Parts: sequence; structure tokens; C-alpha cells
Amino acid sequence: MLKIKNLYARVGEREILRGIDLEVKAGEVHAIMGPNGSGKSTLAQVLAGRDVYKVTEGEVRFEGENLLELNPETRAAAGIFLAFQYPVEIPGVSNMYFLRAALNNLRRQRGLPELDAMDFLELVQQKMQALEMSESLLNRAVNVGFSGGEKKRNEIFQLALLEPKLAILDETDSGLDIDALKTVADGVNSLRSRDRSFIVVTHYQRLLNYIIPDFVHVMYKGRIVRSGDKSLALQLEQKGYAEMDDAVVSELV
Amino acid sequence: MGGADSIEQLTNQEYKYGFVTEVEEDSVPPGLNEEIIRTISAKKHEPEFMLEWRLRAYRHWQTMPEPHWANVHYPPIDYQKIVYYSGPKGKGLRPRSLDEVDPEIIRTYEKLGIPLREQEALAGVAVDAVFDSVSVATTFKEKLAKLGIIFCSFSEAVQEHPELVRKYLGSVVPYTDNFFAALNSAVFSDGSFCYVPKGVRCPMELSTYFRINAQDTGQFERTLIIADEGSYVSYLEGCTAPIRDANQLHAAVVELVALDNAQIKYSTVQNWYPGDKEGKGGIYNFVTKRGKCLGVNSKISWTQLETGSAITWKYPSCLLMGDNSVGEFYSVAVTNNYQQADTGTKMIHIGRNTKSTIVSKGISAGHGQNSYRGLVKILKGAAGARNYSECDSLLIGDKCGAHTFPYLEVRNATAQVEHEATTSKIGEDQIFYCRQRGISTEDAVSMIVNGFCKEVFRELPMEFAVEAQKLLSISLEGSVG
Repeated sequence: MLKIKNLYARVGEREILRGIDLEVKAGEVHAIMGPNGSGKSTLAQVLAGRDVYKVTEGEVRFEGENLLELNPETRAAAGIFLAFQYPVEIPGVSNMYFLRAALNNLRRQRGLPELDAMDFLELVQQKMQALEMSESLLNRAVNVGFSGGEKKRNEIFQLALLEPKLAILDETDSGLDIDALKTVADGVNSLRSRDRSFIVVTHYQRLLNYIIPDFVHVMYKGRIVRSGDKSLALQLEQKGYAEMDDAVVSELV
Repeated sequence: MGGADSIEQLTNQEYKYGFVTEVEEDSVPPGLNEEIIRTISAKKHEPEFMLEWRLRAYRHWQTMPEPHWANVHYPPIDYQKIVYYSGPKGKGLRPRSLDEVDPEIIRTYEKLGIPLREQEALAGVAVDAVFDSVSVATTFKEKLAKLGIIFCSFSEAVQEHPELVRKYLGSVVPYTDNFFAALNSAVFSDGSFCYVPKGVRCPMELSTYFRINAQDTGQFERTLIIADEGSYVSYLEGCTAPIRDANQLHAAVVELVALDNAQIKYSTVQNWYPGDKEGKGGIYNFVTKRGKCLGVNSKISWTQLETGSAITWKYPSCLLMGDNSVGEFYSVAVTNNYQQADTGTKMIHIGRNTKSTIVSKGISAGHGQNSYRGLVKILKGAAGARNYSECDSLLIGDKCGAHTFPYLEVRNATAQVEHEATTSKIGEDQIFYCRQRGISTEDAVSMIVNGFCKEVFRELPMEFAVEAQKLLSISLEGSVG
């Protein structure tokens, strides 16, 4: 589904991604871990098409297509979804209106008929129940005045509604208490399927107790330095990134 | 090809009302002197009192300096180069029916989406069409006349209802009020007149559509609306002009009078030619609009969407004289490219328990400069007066500006005055968030801007609200950067 080859990206003069290789097949869940500043979030944003980051080298193919040539909305239509680490507030625009505009834009780009207000409402109510989201959030402006937990839940709710092929979760666990974490993880798990893949970016392995990954990758200084199964995450938890650091450095040297 | 770049491309749609209509115009030579004023008055077969009033205004105007306190910048205007009267050549004083109107002019209004033929006209909207200096057609006149409502061109009102004109003309905006009001009083050529009798609720929206066509012409129209005791009227005003390289002056005066328990709702969608992307050409829109809540429990609401003009300089205001009277001002002003706007309102609380609400939304894009200037004045006798003001600015890009100049004068200790102001920016992060969800940059901007203006748009009559949203997205297309 997704093939990243030797990807380099920078912000201004600063090189952040320095040769990423990663392949994600349909239905797989990949966790990307690493210390702060290792480039995890940058990778997520580059895949979604944020133009603050300039790709200087490498290739990304999504279902055979050259992803780097597509603008962000076309990538969204192709089936890429990013759950933001910091969901953005849009004052004056109701969450309901925003979601319907998003869904109908995607449906149009995918050649499907648009949903009218009634059908949309029905769909929304069905998805909300699963995530234990309060309906009042729908009538408020997008993310404005939402608590940290509400914002993250709103991201997963959008994920459920927009039904992407590849969902990238960028530190969805940060700022969540354990109950909220469980709800969010349950939401994600209910969306796992044979043809939907996930890239779960996280700093801590805590989330991976609830969303069990098929693969775990460790990023360090803009590269993937280790890959393994879920036991790698546990190892990291025990040893910490500091030891990882020494190990990696010795490997690299 | 992401957020940052496309934000810059987002407000470059051409002005689509910029065509010129080929009609034979009857104009006076450029320049201003007593002779010209006599000629204008004679062309309109005006009674003596009108000519006298014009001449007094002219003589007063000559003693006044052009004001320069607004936060707008433009080269000096040569008042001797302006043509003060221009109208399509017609058979008589004014056309008696639409069949006498030049078909070219009817086609012009059709192109602008304003059908003048009554059977085709929007249900529930009566239109007075003003072409350059002359009112060319007023629809639904008979139907309104049955209710005793007078809705006609100003020239016609001068002929047929001189007593009303004489009583109220200049009673809200005297010719001594300001430089442009004095100029307008001297040379105004036409406009709309409306009188709603006691206890009548006007069953349809009344609307005037202003069009400047001729070159080097100033448009100086005058609108006078009187709502007698217990009556209600909702009035709409729309404006467009062709694309011209030279700046054109538009100095209108609008006077509203609301008697006891009467209510006037006045809505404007102003879309005069704003000039090109480099700031060349466009209309100077220097307008005096004021309403007088003369009676107890009367109410005047101004709602405006200002998207056009090179320079907009206007402050629709309310004199709250009657006890318990209410003044409202809802405004969206957009400046893109090199447009400048200095707009706001004055709420003068004179009567007891008078209330006013001000909601002003300024949107700046490109190199646009947007200023809110508002005065809330509470006089000694205005016990229990209340005001709420909210001024919000939205910036698109980093070359534009927003300024707020609130003035407050409170002379009564029982008054309550509140003022809130915010400035926000459409951020690259908001646009990217929307795009990641499949919403294009254009749609995202339009969604955010409409969300920002929601409070004002819901004050507009339905037909206008839809038009306003469309106009807003057109004026901002290409502005995001």
C-alpha cells in the first residue's frame, strides 16, 4: 500500500528526515517510536503533504501512485488520513458543518454521491456512539474550547467518519488520561480491517498495550534505526531511549 | 503546492460587473459653479425651494475644507474635472413605463441579475434602478400605492410629494454636516424616496440598485426613507460600476427617519469597482448615512457588506432621540489588493433607555487596509442607555492591515457600555488541516470567512444573504497567501 524509499526532507536549512525506508502493506499496523526530535512527526506531516517540509530526495508510492506529486486534498481523497498531534481550532465553523464539507468533498473526489443533511446526521450519530463522544461537540466550532481529550477523540471520530485506507496517528496518546486512552484505542481497534493500514507515531509504548502493532520501528536522527515486532517496544520501555542511543551510535559507527 | 503558496493565490478573480453600456448620455459639462447647479435643477423641473436649498448648500460647501482625518490615502480630487450630472437620454422628464426605457439599460440590469420587468422580478422585492444620475425604473409601484406606501425616485418625490421632501430633506443630515454631504446637497441628481404610512408593514423588500456607467462622472444620489408611526420597512441597496482606469467619486447621502414605534431595516451590499490588482482605478465611496430614531420605541438597523470601492469611507449612524429607541449596526467590510476602508458607525444616545448594538467584522487580504472607527456617545439625558460593541478583524496574508479606533463619550453615570475586540489570522495550519480532510484551499477560506461573518449575515434578508456569501468568496478569491 505504502512504499517509502530513501526519503529526505528539510525545513529551511535543517535536514530532518535523512533516508527513511518503510513499507506498509494493507491491513498492517506499524508503530513508529523514537525520542523527541527524531523526525517522527515530520514523517507524518510529509506523508500528508504539508509544504513547510521540502522533500529533497527519495520516493513515496501510495498504491502505486507517486504520492509526492499530489496536493494534500488529493492525498486525502486517495485515502490518507492524519490524526493531528495538535488538532487545529477553526473559530466560527461548526464541527458538524466542517465534517459534512470534508466527507462530501472526499465523496465527490471519489465519484460518490454527496450525503444530504439527514443521511449525514444518521451516519454521525452511529459513529459517535462507538466513540462515546458527546453530541454537543458537533454544534461547537471545530476544536474551539475542546479539552485535550475531546480534541483527540474528535480526530478519531473524523477517522471513523472519513474511512481512509491509511491512517497516520501522530502522538494521539499525548495528553490523554488512561480512560480516554482506552476509548481512543477501542475506537482505533474497531476500525482495523484487512484493507485499512495504520501508522501509529508515539513516544511511549503505553498506547501499544491497547493498539497492538504488527511492526515497531525506532527512529533516531531522521532514520529508522531498528525494526521489529511488538517486543521491541517493550524493550525500549525498559531500557529507555538513552541506552538505545548508545546502542545505535555504536551500530552506526 | 501546499497551504502557504495557495493561500497567496486565493483572491484574483476579475470584477465581473465591469462592462460599459452603450447609451446616449445627456451630461452637463465638467466642473462646478452656480450655473451648473441651476442647470441640474432646471433639467429636473424642480420647485424653487429645491434650487434655493442646493445653492445654499453649494455656498456653504465652498467655505469647507476637504477632510483628511480618515485612515485612507489618495491623490487630491479635482472637483472641477468631475461631471456632476449624467443620465441616459430619454424622451421626457422620466420614463412613464418600462417600454419607454432604453432597452440597452434594461439589458444592463438583466446582466447584473436585476430583472426590472415586474412579472420576472424576484417575488417580494420592489426595485428602483438608478443609472448614473437618474432613476430609470421603479417596479411594483401600484401594488405599494394601494397600501399608501410611496416608493419612487427622488425626482418624482420632489414633483409629487414636495411637502414630505421639504419637511424631511436635510433633517437628519443637514448640508452643513460635512464636506461631502454639502457637495451632495448641492448637486445630487436622483436616488430613492420612500414613505411608509402609519401602522403599515411594508409587505415586500424595497430595493434600489445603483449603477455608475458614464466616465468621469460623479454619482451623488440621495435616499430618504420615512417610517411613520408604527410602520415597518426593510430596504436593500446594491451598487456596481464598470471597470475604468480613473477613479470616480461617489458621494451619496442617506437619511432615515423613524417615528414612534416604527422600524427601518436598511441593508447594503456595496460592490463598486474596487480598482485593479495594482490599485489603479476604482470608486471613491464617500458616503453619509444616518438614521434618526425620532419617536419612542423606534428602531433602525444598518446591515452592510462592503466588498467594493477603491476607498470606502462611511459610518452609517443612529441618532437615538426617542425614549427606548434602538440602533443597530452590523457590518462586514472586505479589503483586498490595494483597497482601503475606514468604516464604522456612530451611536448617539439622547433619549432614555436607548440601546445600541455594534457588530463590525473587518477582513483584510492582499495589501488591503481596513479600519473600524466608531463613536458611542451617551448624552446627559440618556439615563439607562446601553451599548454593546464588538469589533473583530480577520487577516489573510501578511501584507494587509487592520486598525480599530473606538471612541467613547459617556455623560450619564447610569449608562452601560461594553466593547470587545479581537484580531485573528487565517493560518497556514488551519488551511492545511482543512486540506488534509479533503477541503480545497478556496473552500477552506470561504468556510472560515463565512464563519467569521455569520453574525452579520444572519441579519441580512434571505435573498441578500446568499448573494452576500457568493460575493464574499469572489472578492477573496486569490487572496490567500
